[in-house]
Amino acid sequence: MKILKLISAVAIGGLILLASLLLFLGTIDASELKILTLVGTVLWFVVTPFWMKED
Amino acid sequence: MSETSVEIQPSSGGEFAREQVPSSKLKGWKSFLGMYAGEHAAGTEFMIGPLFLAAGASLKDLIFGLLIGNILAILTWRYLVAPIAVASKLTLYYQLEKIAGKHLVKVYNVVNGVLFCFLAGAMITVSASAVGVPFDVNFSVPENIFGLSSTSFSLIVVIVGIVMTIVAAAGYNTVSKFANIAAPWMIVVFAACGISALSQMEVDSWKSLLTEWDQSISVVQSINGKLEFGFWKIVIFAWLANAAMHFGMSDLSIMRFAKDTKAGWGPSIGMFLGHYMAWICASFMLAAQIKLTGDISANPGALAWSAVGWTGIICVIVAGWTTANPTIYRAGLAFQSLFSSKAKSYSGVILAGLVATAAGIFPALSGKLLDFVGFYGTILGPMGGVIFVNHYLAKKMNFKQDYAVEKGTGFNAAVLLAWVLPVTLGLYFIFAKGLFPAYAVIPCWIASSVLYVLIMKLQKS
Repeated sequence: MKILKLISAVAIGGLILLASLLLFLGTIDASELKILTLVGTVLWFVVTPFWMKED
Repeated sequence: MSETSVEIQPSSGGEFAREQVPSSKLKGWKSFLGMYAGEHAAGTEFMIGPLFLAAGASLKDLIFGLLIGNILAILTWRYLVAPIAVASKLTLYYQLEKIAGKHLVKVYNVVNGVLFCFLAGAMITVSASAVGVPFDVNFSVPENIFGLSSTSFSLIVVIVGIVMTIVAAAGYNTVSKFANIAAPWMIVVFAACGISALSQMEVDSWKSLLTEWDQSISVVQSINGKLEFGFWKIVIFAWLANAAMHFGMSDLSIMRFAKDTKAGWGPSIGMFLGHYMAWICASFMLAAQIKLTGDISANPGALAWSAVGWTGIICVIVAGWTTANPTIYRAGLAFQSLFSSKAKSYSGVILAGLVATAAGIFPALSGKLLDFVGFYGTILGPMGGVIFVNHYLAKKMNFKQDYAVEKGTGFNAAVLLAWVLPVTLGLYFIFAKGLFPAYAVIPCWIASSVLYVLIMKLQKS
């Protein structure tokens, strides 16, 4: 279950929040942000129901 | 705006709807922090945030005004709602029934239901704005409050409204579970939208942010004329955006599960995520749009699409849907009392969904959310004053506590007068004199409290 929680955290913390900060810092561009946030969204909704249901 | 999932049954049914919550079911204050955390990040936040910019609020006023307003709101929950909730451990509706009588509570429920429908209507509009983006259907806000947008946008609103109504009637619990899963993701997407908008504005310092913000306001004012939304107006709005929940005591239904009054701090995190971070981020999105395109329309779908693409579209739809769903459901339960006992249990929800969909067709209603929120608090808030007087002053001032129960009446006219007279006066000032609706909430609340004391003393009850 810990690994699933970690994936969820990476999905929203890394692929959405951190990616938007990287855009702000000029490390990635807007189109890359849009792809990363979409991947983060899909990951979140695929993985989170498994551990949130248990909690 | 807030939506809560602990207690969704206005007048009947639900857990401990007509009895005190037993001590085995009470929760510590930290449970309330989590419970409220996702509740204030609703679809309407996408609409309210940009409206501050469109109304001409300065960024400094917004940042400090929202800070103070939110702190005042949290203090109101802590020191007004929590002590009564912990002492009585009853829902708002049952407590009101004991004071006002079951027939008057039905009237209150229907009024509450109609207002819920308009709120749900705004959420349907917000979701439809996002559904329209991939189909290149933009929503425009007509000048007239009952003016329509394009035919294709109205059609999307109807489809979204029907789907939400069917889901609310058939599968409330599924959406409720989905909403819990989506809440942390939504909050992070709100933040990402705001950061992306800062990048779109090419902001690299506090000074450049202020410059961009002021330029956006200049563009808005060159089109709409000079508007002002000053510091104190922001404070009052932020304080009273959830007036029905705290001054109006609607959240008694949630906080009755509290072990102690510390639960009153429960909304703290949620308020600062939804009514601070989310509003400010959403307002940045409009500022960025104005810089990039010169378009001043607060179209939540288009704003989110521009900031983070498909994730933004999904977020607006989910935020609108997960908050419209319980709102339609609650309104439906309130309306259910209008149907005969033989009617299907979902009749009220269907009626509420139809009214909400009809309201959603008029985009100007969602464009008036800053006004509607105050209007909502003005109408429902004063009942909280009656509960306050009943709880703290009835015995001290020698009139009957829980009058309707004590007298065995289904209709306490004193409550009706104490509610209707100040609200009528408040509505007169709002509609005839142009008073900002949120300004009427506290005067109406105080007037209702005082009137209830006076009438009860006069009738020597």
